[in-house]
Order: sequence, then structure tokens, then C-alpha cells
Amino acid sequence: MHYLSDEKVKFLEEKANDIRQSIIEMLLEAKSGHTAGPLGMADVFTLLYFHALKYDPKNPNQEDRDRLVLSNGHICPVLYATMAHAGYMPVEELKTLRKFGSRLQGHPHREFMPWLESSSGPLGSGLSQTVGMALAERIDKGRMSEKTFYCLTGDGELDEGNNWEAIMLASKEKLHNLIAIVDRNNIQIDGYTEDVMPISPLVEKWEAFGWHVQDVDGHNFEMLAEAIGKAKSVYDRPSVIIANTIPGKGVKEFQWDPAWHGKAPNKEEADMALKELRTLGGQIRSEHE
Amino acid sequence: MLNPKLKLNPKVFNDDCEQEPIRKGFGMGLQEAGEKDTSIVALCADLTESTQMHHFKNSFPERFVEIGVAEQNLATVSSGMAAMGKYPFCSSYAMFSPGRNWEQIRTTICYNDRPVCIVGSHAGVSVGPDGGTHQALEDIALMRVLPNMMVFSPCDSIEAKKVTLAIAGKKKPAYLRLAREKTGIITTEETPFEIGKAQVFYESDGIPNVGIIATGSLVRNAILAARDLEKKGIKSKVLNITTIKPIDADAVIALAKETGKIVTIEEHQVAGGLGGAVSEVLSQNLPTKMKILGINDQFGQSGTPNELVKFYKLDREGIADSVIDFLK
Repeated sequence: MHYLSDEKVKFLEEKANDIRQSIIEMLLEAKSGHTAGPLGMADVFTLLYFHALKYDPKNPNQEDRDRLVLSNGHICPVLYATMAHAGYMPVEELKTLRKFGSRLQGHPHREFMPWLESSSGPLGSGLSQTVGMALAERIDKGRMSEKTFYCLTGDGELDEGNNWEAIMLASKEKLHNLIAIVDRNNIQIDGYTEDVMPISPLVEKWEAFGWHVQDVDGHNFEMLAEAIGKAKSVYDRPSVIIANTIPGKGVKEFQWDPAWHGKAPNKEEADMALKELRTLGGQIRSEHE
Repeated sequence: MLNPKLKLNPKVFNDDCEQEPIRKGFGMGLQEAGEKDTSIVALCADLTESTQMHHFKNSFPERFVEIGVAEQNLATVSSGMAAMGKYPFCSSYAMFSPGRNWEQIRTTICYNDRPVCIVGSHAGVSVGPDGGTHQALEDIALMRVLPNMMVFSPCDSIEAKKVTLAIAGKKKPAYLRLAREKTGIITTEETPFEIGKAQVFYESDGIPNVGIIATGSLVRNAILAARDLEKKGIKSKVLNITTIKPIDADAVIALAKETGKIVTIEEHQVAGGLGGAVSEVLSQNLPTKMKILGINDQFGQSGTPNELVKFYKLDREGIADSVIDFLK
């Protein structure tokens, strides 16, 4: 489970690249939405849906599935794209993002897409919902539970006090099957996180609250897989994986720039981004050339 | 006279009418619901005894979660538990839940359509000496505007127990508004209760001049005022609305049709509460002259519950005077 073969890593890299291309295509079509976060988290989502998570897209409500709550709902293009590539819906449907009547609402809404564990958009409440899920599971199954409860949050989102209420409760209740993954990409709408509202040092903060903490490269599949394996083996505390990611990862013109937090590419920018992804940054010739 | 079909408490007019806090009925109801249904869980934000959740906690400690002073977490953890098939009741003072955590309730409970009951105790000015910070006067408005949310405001402890059991059977998002202070008992164990059905509690002999619609802790004052008014020749019908949403529009329209004039009474801001709900029904179906009695765009303050209810003219004399003024 923890070890990834070279073939698996190559498979995951290709899958993540496909997902990034889908993200660009859907944002171009939608003409609005968030670009940097979805591209930055494509590797984490790929690892989760194509390696770590227990689920069945043909039977999305099966009781023994793992639960994944996306707290920072604005990065939903990566959730939708990954779920489409994982078989929940046709990849073609991704182009309906943000359009009237689409299941792909601008921020996730489970009334439209019932296989989502929660709706989200307003920040800071995903972790506490995941804590509630893990608490309910403990009442029903105790130590016999075989589910893992994942919550994905942003780093700017940690400004929200509701998170810290949840962090305290999860620690008090020793929710060992709860894994939070923080997208540590250092940007938020108004600029760099450490300028807008300094949240460092994250490792020490979560540790002080009683969590098992791992600080990893969010683009390294082997490190991510190992971190999830290690988090699952912790039996007396909740776990957090701080996934250090590059906002806009995969398209060097978008990387690290807070301006790409909340806007979609135009046609020219999208063509450039897709070419860069298809040629792996110019390393290979695109089949479209 | 009291509506004989409803088997109401005959001592309701007496000074020795039994008194009990409305919140107590909730506590007993939750414990009974918890016995019948093991999917029911309870969460509290450091006010377990005050909100009467300690009965449930003592009986089912494994199904009780102490959240601490964190009302945003209270609502959102409840939503998460509901996602796993539980029916959570989460309690605090109404000023803090739903006062502080409205957006969390909107998004994680209503938008998600997760079955959670928000229990807001200590609503209204009758909280008394704690003062205005602790007297929720806006909670009905806050909860009434949310899609998927039902809103309940029981009139006494016995009804609060029935409402709690009915909510537990319904398993939908709900808001249950409770009062702190001892309140006269109006109903009996035999009085029927049905979600969404308003009931005429009191009716003068003859053709009524005015319809009085009341909710929660002020229903008894409304009945007492109606009897005082009757002695002065003003005939009325008193309708108790426990389910503020979905409101019993048929009962409201029928009362307006019969009386031609409507007075509403609540321990809440005049804006957005029961009076607002009634006027939304009437203005669109049967425009009727109305007077909304409540707290008029002010905050509460310290005092004994009786002093405050009198100051805001919501005691039997204040209500009767307002009705007389309105009918002039």
C-alpha cells in the first residue's frame, strides 16, 4: 500500500497530466473559476482517487466507502475532473462546469451531485463535518471501523476559526481514522498567506493541538503515498498531512502567481497551457503538433 | 372559553396554574426519543444542564458529544454526524446557536439537507437578568428564511416534549425555540399536536372582533388578555402557532376571514418573526389589517422576566391595551 512501483508512478503522472488538461479545458469553457488551486492539487487528488481511496463509482453510496470532504470548495474543478476520470461521470460533462442546469455547480452542491459527501464553498467548515462523520462512525463501529475520513483544506482557509474548533475536538476525541490534508500553496485571494494572515509555523501549530503531523512534497506520489500509509497506522491521534504544493503546477506561466488564484484562462492562455501539459513542458512533441 | 376539543389545562386562568420551564419539556422529550431511536445523538456547547440535555447525556453517554464553547463546530459536527445516518439534536442558547453560526447552519445543514435539530434555548426577553446579549430576539427570522428548515416554538413544557418527539420522528432540518423561565402550563398530555397545524386555544362567545395569534411563552398571556378583553366586550379567538414554518396558512386565513383584524404576539423582534410570517400569508391571500406585538427594533436588558415582559407591553395588560388601541 505504501510502496509505489515505477509503473504505478508513471501511471499516476499520466493520470495527473490528463486531469490538469481537463481542468484547463473546463475552466476555458466556463470563462470563470479558480485555476491555481486545482492545478496545484491535481497530484494529491490523483493519488487519492487512483491509489488511496476506497470507493466504487458505479455504487457511489456504498456504505463502507472512505469519506472525502472537500472543504475549500472553490478548487472543485480538480474534484470534478478527478471524479470524471475515475468513472463517476463522463469526462465530456466537465465542459458544463458553472453552466445553468449543470451538475457541476460553481462550488460543489450535493443536491445536484448526490455522490459528494458535502456541499462546500464558504470556508472553514469541512473539517468539522469530517470530525462529525468520524465521531458517528465510532459510535457505530468503534475500533472495528475500516473507513478512513479525509478532509482536504486550503492553507488560506486556516484563517477561519471554525477549523481550530474542529482541530481541538478531533484531538480530544482521538479520531485516529481522520486524515486532514492541507494544500500548502502559500497563496490566497489577496496575496501570499504570510502577508495576508501569517499561519506559520503550521507543523508546530498542529502538533501543539495534539495531531500527528507530516510535512511533504505535494507533487511527489511516493512521499504522498507513504504519508497516507503512515497516517493510517497512527492509532491514538488524528493525522494531518501538510502537502506543499505549487499553485498553478504544470503550467509554468501560472505557477506561484496569486493572480491565478481566482481567474480562468482565456483561449490563448488555455492553448498555451494545454500545449505545455501535452508536451510535458517542451520535453516531448505534442501529438497535436 | 378554552377550546374543549383540545383538553387544555382548566387551571390556565388561575394564579395557581402549574409552572415549568419550556426547555424542561425538551429535555424529557429528547430522552424519550433517544430511548426509541438509537440513531439520535446529542451535542452541546458547554450548556448541557441549562439546555436540559443532561437527561439524555446521563442515559446515553455514548451518544452525547460535548463540543465546548464552539457553536460553529456544534452545527458543523452535527451535519457530519447526520451525513453518517445519525439524527443530531444540538443545543446552546439561541443567541449563540443559531445566533453565531447561521452560515454554518445554512450551508452544512440546510443546503446539504442534513437532518439536524438546532435547539435554541433562552430565547426572548424573559431570559431576564443576564441582559440583552443573552436574549435572542432575531432567531425566528434567522431560521425562517432558510430553505429546508422547519421552525418550532412550543407554548409550554408539555407541548415542548411533544414537539421534540415529533421532530425526532420527522428527521429533517429543524429549529426548536425554547424559553428559560418558568411558564404557565396551558396544554395537557391529552392535547393533540401535529406538525404544521395551528390550534384555536380560546374563543369568546359570539362573533369575534379580532383574531389573536400567539407563539411560545406568550400564548398564556394572550389567552389571559383575551378573557380580560371579553369582560370589556371585545370578543376574540386565540390561535396558537407552534409550527412557525411551515405555517398553517389555512388556519391563519380562516381566522382573518372570520375576524377581519389580526394581532400577533411573540417574544421576538417585530420584524421577521411570527408577525412577519402571518403577514406574508395574509398580504398575498387576504389582505387584513394587522398589529404585530413584539420587541420593536430594540435590544433587551436586565430585569426580572416579569418586569421585562411588562416593560415591553407583552404581559396580559399590555396585550389587552394594545388590542383595544388597535380596534379603535
